[in-house]
Parts: sequence; structure tokens; C-alpha cells
Amino acid sequence: MPVKRIDKTAMPERNAKQRARDFSEVNEGYRYEHALFEAERCLRCQDPVCVEGCPVRVPIDKFIHRVAARDLAGAAQILRDANPLSSICGRVCPQEMQCEKNCHMGARYRPVAIGHLERFVSDWAQGQPLTTNGQAKKPWRAEKVAIVGSGPSGLVCAGELARLGHPVTVFEALHAPGGVLRYGIPEFRLPNRILDAELDGLRRLGVEFVNNVIIGKTLTLDQLFDEMGYSAVFIGTGAGLPKFMNIPGEGLNGVYSANEFLTRINLMQASSFPHVDTPVEVGKRVAVIGSGNTAMDCVRSSLRMGAEEAMVVYRRSEKEMSARVEEYHHAIEEGVKFLWLNNPVEVMGDDKGWVTGLKCMKMELGAPDDSGRARPVPIKGSEFVIPVDTVVLAIGTTPNPLLTRANKDIRTTKWGGLMVDEGTGETSRRRVYAGGDAVTGAATVILAAGAGKRAATAIHEDLVKEAQPV
Amino acid sequence: MPKVISKQQITPVTRKYVIAAPLIAHSAKPGQFVIVRVREGGERIPLTIADYDAKAGTVTIVVQEVGATTHMLSQIEEGGEILDMLGPLGEPAHIPAGGHTVGVGGGYGAAALTCIMREATARGDKTTLIMGARTKDLLILEDELRRACTNVEVCTDDGSKGFKGFVTERLGQLIEGQGPGRPDRVVAIGPMGMMQAVAEVTRPFDIPTFVSMDPVMVDGTGMCGGCRITVGGEQRFACVDGPMFDGHQVDFAEAVRRRKMYVKEEKLAVTCQRAHEGGE
Ligand SMILES: Cc1cc2nc3c(=O)[nH]c(=O)nc-3n(C[C@H](O)[C@H](O)[C@H](O)COP(=O)(O)OP(=O)(O)OC[C@H]3O[C@@H](n4cnc5c(N)ncnc54)[C@H](O)[C@@H]3O)c2cc1C
Ligand SMILES: Cc1cc2nc3c(=O)[nH]c(=O)nc-3n(C[C@H](O)[C@H](O)[C@H](O)COP(=O)(O)OP(=O)(O)OC[C@H]3O[C@@H](n4cnc5c(N)ncnc54)[C@H](O)[C@@H]3O)c2cc1C
Ligand code: SF4
Ligand code: SF4
Ligand code: FES
Repeated sequence: MPVKRIDKTAMPERNAKQRARDFSEVNEGYRYEHALFEAERCLRCQDPVCVEGCPVRVPIDKFIHRVAARDLAGAAQILRDANPLSSICGRVCPQEMQCEKNCHMGARYRPVAIGHLERFVSDWAQGQPLTTNGQAKKPWRAEKVAIVGSGPSGLVCAGELARLGHPVTVFEALHAPGGVLRYGIPEFRLPNRILDAELDGLRRLGVEFVNNVIIGKTLTLDQLFDEMGYSAVFIGTGAGLPKFMNIPGEGLNGVYSANEFLTRINLMQASSFPHVDTPVEVGKRVAVIGSGNTAMDCVRSSLRMGAEEAMVVYRRSEKEMSARVEEYHHAIEEGVKFLWLNNPVEVMGDDKGWVTGLKCMKMELGAPDDSGRARPVPIKGSEFVIPVDTVVLAIGTTPNPLLTRANKDIRTTKWGGLMVDEGTGETSRRRVYAGGDAVTGAATVILAAGAGKRAATAIHEDLVKEAQPV
Repeated sequence: MPKVISKQQITPVTRKYVIAAPLIAHSAKPGQFVIVRVREGGERIPLTIADYDAKAGTVTIVVQEVGATTHMLSQIEEGGEILDMLGPLGEPAHIPAGGHTVGVGGGYGAAALTCIMREATARGDKTTLIMGARTKDLLILEDELRRACTNVEVCTDDGSKGFKGFVTERLGQLIEGQGPGRPDRVVAIGPMGMMQAVAEVTRPFDIPTFVSMDPVMVDGTGMCGGCRITVGGEQRFACVDGPMFDGHQVDFAEAVRRRKMYVKEEKLAVTCQRAHEGGE
């Protein structure tokens, strides 16, 4: 009999004072007894509505049942089949807006900690000795597929196609694979070893990774098809182009886009400077503009890089914030200040061109806008300057136009997103598929993973159909 | 990993490398660049593709040693490998054709002009390269450049070879009609100060002037925005929109300032490197 327990089992986490000064993971992960306790809270509902809340329909009730039955291998298998990036999603999905939002337990008590359990099971599985002999699998189909970009959409697409027998090559522009999982999301939320374990798993499936190749520059789509013999291409190039505010002072020294700030710290490991060669300038007082996961990652990273004071500046209110609640709470615990309803209008600098402050205008909430959120309206004459040395802009990104500039036959929307068939993910060019942030604009890991999986199925069916005409 | 096929010391601080990189060589166009990393934990630094040979599958880079990464690169010998090399990056140079195209090169810039000038000559332009250095020992690739251009004008600050004075002075004389004559357009590659000075020389005469900007870069793919510069009041990314821009529109003051953002750290990196090499 499952036992009803009111409180979600708390995630063991590191002390806020201590963790805010280093990059080790904040959440320590459930221990076995936590997981068993939490699994027993699940009601095993007749209508597991939690599953509907998950973009890839992880059979949540089933895997949690396996945990409660002390069958971790069984639980891990269910997760693997449904979501190849479960150790990552357990950490970074906005569960409170997806699976856990729907959970029946949440109606009266706190929802079952689906994310924490998913993380527990897949971390356990990563630690298990391999059942195979460690040799990479050999693909058995003739049709090769090229994947452009190694973010979650590309990785999942690659894994699914390899499982279906296709030789798969992942081309990545940077010197290390993973996309945002590598260069964006910091170590204290998603350690590199977790990503590396996923990549190793893909290599064992036979997926080949080629770094330092940018499709549209190093190689064209035509070359992939005509010279290199690929039968299909999946584009998972993400939404990496940073937006700027176009306010005066953005060219000052000490102003970063979130992408640059995080790339220096994560991909280039600037926290170890001068042992590594790439530095990042983090002043005593840091202002981060925005309120999404990216803003939280920047502001918390700046504390870890030695900032004495780090703050989030956002033109709307707390209610409109788009970050995961867990990150918001962690940020508050770590001492991050939040300045709601403040719209930056200018970055101020000294005569040497370094940032000295951020001029903001106070805002009040007006009538709802197109997105249904209250529109912030500036209060006349309310300008004031916050003294800061570093400003980080985390106000969003759009799809990078590099590939589509070089391939005019791939149609895009006005804002630069790739146009695809909703069911298959095929673009306006035959045999070229796309998914993830490149199609949707900046979204989530699990949506990108889901798109990669759908496209893999469609690509396989498309290629197999051709191979064996009926 | 891309292999160093040949390496040649061309001045005390400048080396020329021919590197096996077939995919890059196949796609490269004049004016583009690569990003290299030479060790784990190393920086990603941009270097212009000075020349390329699609058939042989090689690209040529000419590197001036200025700091930690270029120093490490100088330690890589023939047969050695470069850890990472991404390219070709940036937009190829779109230089209008016809008439008299004048290149102005300082530092590694003269090398970077090799394939741009060769292309202009091949399509029928009259081409002149004004190359400058402090003294004659620091001049680079003169023979190759003479093959690539109709005329080569050498300038040295100390008068040890060619014209005594700055490249901008010689350029001014050409504009007045001396030597090979007035340029129809100018392409300047070199230190920012030089490119800015060139743009100021040509501005009063409305001579179209192209400059190749070299801001600090990280990814080189348009992802970080660190290479942003202001051109005609608009923000542009040098790695994807450039590196070639209209020299009369570029905000050089801002670009020079941003280039110096990490001077403190760059010095520290070199100090650490020296300590490392000296000690142990
Ligand atoms: C700082 C930050 C924090 C985030 N936090 C969360 C979170 O907590 N939870 C969550 O669900 N989501 C989060 N997201 C969003 C999530 O990371 C993205 O939605 C997801 O990574 C998108 O995956 P993707 O496969 O579309 O592409 P990306 O992860 O963007 O990867 C694209 C890859 O393609 C490469 N590439 C681009 N163009 C080319 C080319 N022409 N040739 C070769 N390679 C190319 C890029 O270098 C990159 O590696 C966060 C995003 C950021 C930036
Ligand atoms: C598009 C592009 C093309 C380039 N092409 C070439 C090339 O073909 N050959 C070449 O040698 N270099 C080239 N550069 C410059 C090269 O990238 C830098 O010299 C290199 O990054 C220096 O790295 P480092 O670690 O050795 O020195 P750092 O430690 O980064 O710098 C050492 C010192 O040199 C100064 N410095 C570094 N780079 C420059 C610069 N570009 N202009 C003025 N001062 C500088 C720094 O301010 C510092 O004082 C190019 C740059 C760009 C953006
Ligand atoms: S993948 Fe994300 S949304 Fe789906 S069950 Fe797991 S944590 Fe929830
Ligand atoms: S809705 Fe909640 S309680 Fe019901 S099966 Fe899903 S996780 Fe368990
Ligand atoms: S170097 Fe990062 S956008 Fe240009």
C-alpha cells in the first residue's frame, strides 16, 4: 500500500554560504532511503496526469513504481527508453510547470518529486558497470545521417538513429560537444561529468562526434549529401545568437552577453584562470538583466567568481519571472538581490571606458500585453543609477543565421526560426530535418530532446521506405 | 588534429605555418580566418587565412608572437599538431573590382593581404601593396607579395629599406598622384591604430576603405557577442558580419578600448607561462 505523506522529500543540498563560493553541484542527490520514501508517496493513479505534463511522456507512474519495488534497473530501463537525457532532465526540467504541475498529490499536498526521482535513478544507472563489453556497436544500415549541432536535440536524434542502426555523425562548431549543456548551464547545476557520461553512452552506440566543423562554413549541406554520402541531415543548431538591448553604453568594457559570460566560465573554464588562459572580468558589484534560467545562472556564477554583490534587474515583477523556482530559491539563499520593476536605460562608464553603473527607470504594471502578462510601464522621472562594475545581459537569444544564410533553400520565419513540418520536423528542403531551439526559439532541454526523437523516427521511416520500395 | 606541414621563421617574432586542413582549405575565400586552440585549457584565438591551397589541402597562417597563446603556438614544430582549428570563419572580403586597388599592411596584416591582393590582380585590377615595418628585418613575405601584386611599396620607420616613414604618409603621396597613382579603393589590415589612421587619410577624398577588425573573440560563430563593434552607429559582430568593414564607419575608439579589456590578465598569463617554463 502506498503511504500518503504530505511533504515532498527534501533534496539534500549544500550549505548556501559555502556553495555560493565554488562551482560544485548544489544539489547532492537523493540517497536510496530518500528515493524509496518519495516513491512511496506516489499514488499510482488510474489516470497518471503527470505523464501528460511531460513533453516526452515519460511513463512516470511506471518508473516510480519500479523504484518503490526496489527495482532500480527496471526503473532505469523505463527512463532510458522514454528519455535518453533523463539524468540531465531530472536536474534542469522546469518540473513545476510540467510533470509535477499536474500531479494529483499536488492538489492537496506537495507533488511527488518526479524530477528528483528521475535524477536519482539515472545517476544510479550511470554508476553501474556496463553490461556490454565496452565495444562501440556497429551500425547495420547503409543510410548515413549527419547531425548538425550537439545540443540536446542533436544528441537525442543521434542516439535514436544509432539505435535504429544508422551510421550517425554529429558535427559541432565548438571544440567540445553538448551545446548549451556544455557552454551555458553551469557546473553547479549540471556537472560536466553527467554530460560526458551521456556522450560516452552515445559513442558506445556507435555515434561519431566531429568537433570544430561549422556547417554552412566548413562544409555545406550540399557537400554533406553529394560528396560525403549522407542520406539525411538533422539541424539542431539551437538559438545561440544573443540579443542586446541597444541602449547607450553597451560597448563599454565590463558589459557581457550572458552567452559570453557563461561560455568564458563554463566552456573555457575561466574560474581556473590563470591556470587556463581565458579570463572573465567580474567586478565587485554585478548586475544581471533578465529573469530566466540564464539570468539566474549568470548571477549565481558571478558570486562564485568572487563578486561581493550580485543582483538581478528585471523590468517586470516576480510573478512574470521565467526561471525554474528551484533556481530562484537557491539564488535567494545564496544572497542574490532582486530588483523587480526596473528597466535599464543606459550603462554608465568612466573616462577609461569601464562600466561604473546601470541607469534604470522604475516601472509599474499596466494592462496585460499580447503574451497575457502585465505590461510594464515606465514611471516618469524615476531614473536612478545603481553603481556596478559588471553588467550581464540575459535578455534572450534567437536562432543563429549562419547555416540558413549559406542555404537559402531552408526557409525561416520572420524571427529566424527554421520552418518545419510539425509531425516530422522536415524543413523546406527534402531530407533536411530540424528541431530544438533552432525551430522554436529559446525553449527547454526536454522540448529539444523530444523534437530530436520525433525527427529521428521520421528520418528512419523516410530512409527505410526508400531503401525497400513496396 | 591539423598537422603543421612546414614552419618558417620570417622575422624574430613572426612565423609562417602551412597546415594540413583539407576541409578548411576547400571552403576558404580571401579575407576569412580560423580560430585555433593550442592546448587543453588554452584560449581560442583568431588568425587570418593568409593563403590556402584547396588541391594540396593546406592553409597558411602567419602569426606574430604577442602573448601566451601565440607563444605556445611558436613552440609547435613541423610535424606537430594544432589541438583545434575551426574555419573558415567570417565573410569573405567583398572588394569592388576594377581600377587601382591599394592594400596597406602592417604587422601580420601584410600576410593577411596576400590572397586578397592576388585575387584582385587576377581579376584585372591594378594592385599596389604598401607594406610597412619599423625596420627592414621586420618586413614579411615581400617576395610572395610581389608575385601577388602589380606594385609593392615598402616603407620603414627608420628608412632601412624603401620609403622612410609611415605607410599612411606613402598612401597620402599616392592619393596626391605620386608613384603608382591614386587608389580607387584601399584595403587596410594591421594594428587598429594603423587602420584608423588609414581611414582618416582616405576620408577627405571619399576613397572607399575596407578595414579588417580584430577584436577579442571567443567562439567565432556569432554566439557570444564579445566581438561586437559599432559600425555606422549599429552593432555588428566581427566574426560573422565581418571581419571586413567600411573603415569610415567603424567606431575605432570603442574597438581599441575593448581590445584592451584583458590587458591585466594577458600580462598575468604571460608571467605564469614564463614562471612555468623557467622553473621546474
Ligand atoms: C544559460 C542557460 C540555462 C538554461 N537552463 C535551462 C534549464 O534549467 N532547463 C531547461 O529545460 N532548459 C534550460 N535552458 C534552455 C536549453 O538549454 C535549450 O533549450 C536547449 O539546450 C536547446 O537545445 P538545442 O539542441 O536546440 O541546441 P543547443 O543546446 O543550443 O545546441 C546547439 C549546438 O549547435 C552548435 N551549432 C550551431 N550552429 C552550428 C553549425 N552551423 N554547425 C555546427 N554546429 C553548430 C552550437 O555550437 C551548439 O553546440 C537554458 C539555456 C541557457 C542558455
Ligand atoms: C579576425 C582576426 C584575425 C587575426 N589574424 C591574425 C593573424 O593572421 N596573425 C596574427 O598574428 N594575429 C592575428 N590576429 C590577432 C590574434 O588573434 C591575437 O594576436 C591573439 O589573440 C593574441 O593571443 P595571445 O594569447 O598570444 O596574446 P594576448 O595575451 O591575448 O595579448 C598579448 C598582448 O598583445 C595585445 N594584442 C593581442 N592581440 C592584438 C591585436 N590583434 N591587436 C593589437 N594588440 C593585440 C594585447 O592587448 C596584449 O597586450 C587576428 C585577430 C582577429 C580578430
Ligand atoms: S523529462 Fe522533465 S518533464 Fe518529463 S518527467 Fe522528467 S523531469 Fe518531468
Ligand atoms: S500524478 Fe503524481 S501521484 Fe499520480 S501517478 Fe503521477 S506522480 Fe504519482
Ligand atoms: S566571437 Fe563570439 S560572437 Fe563573434
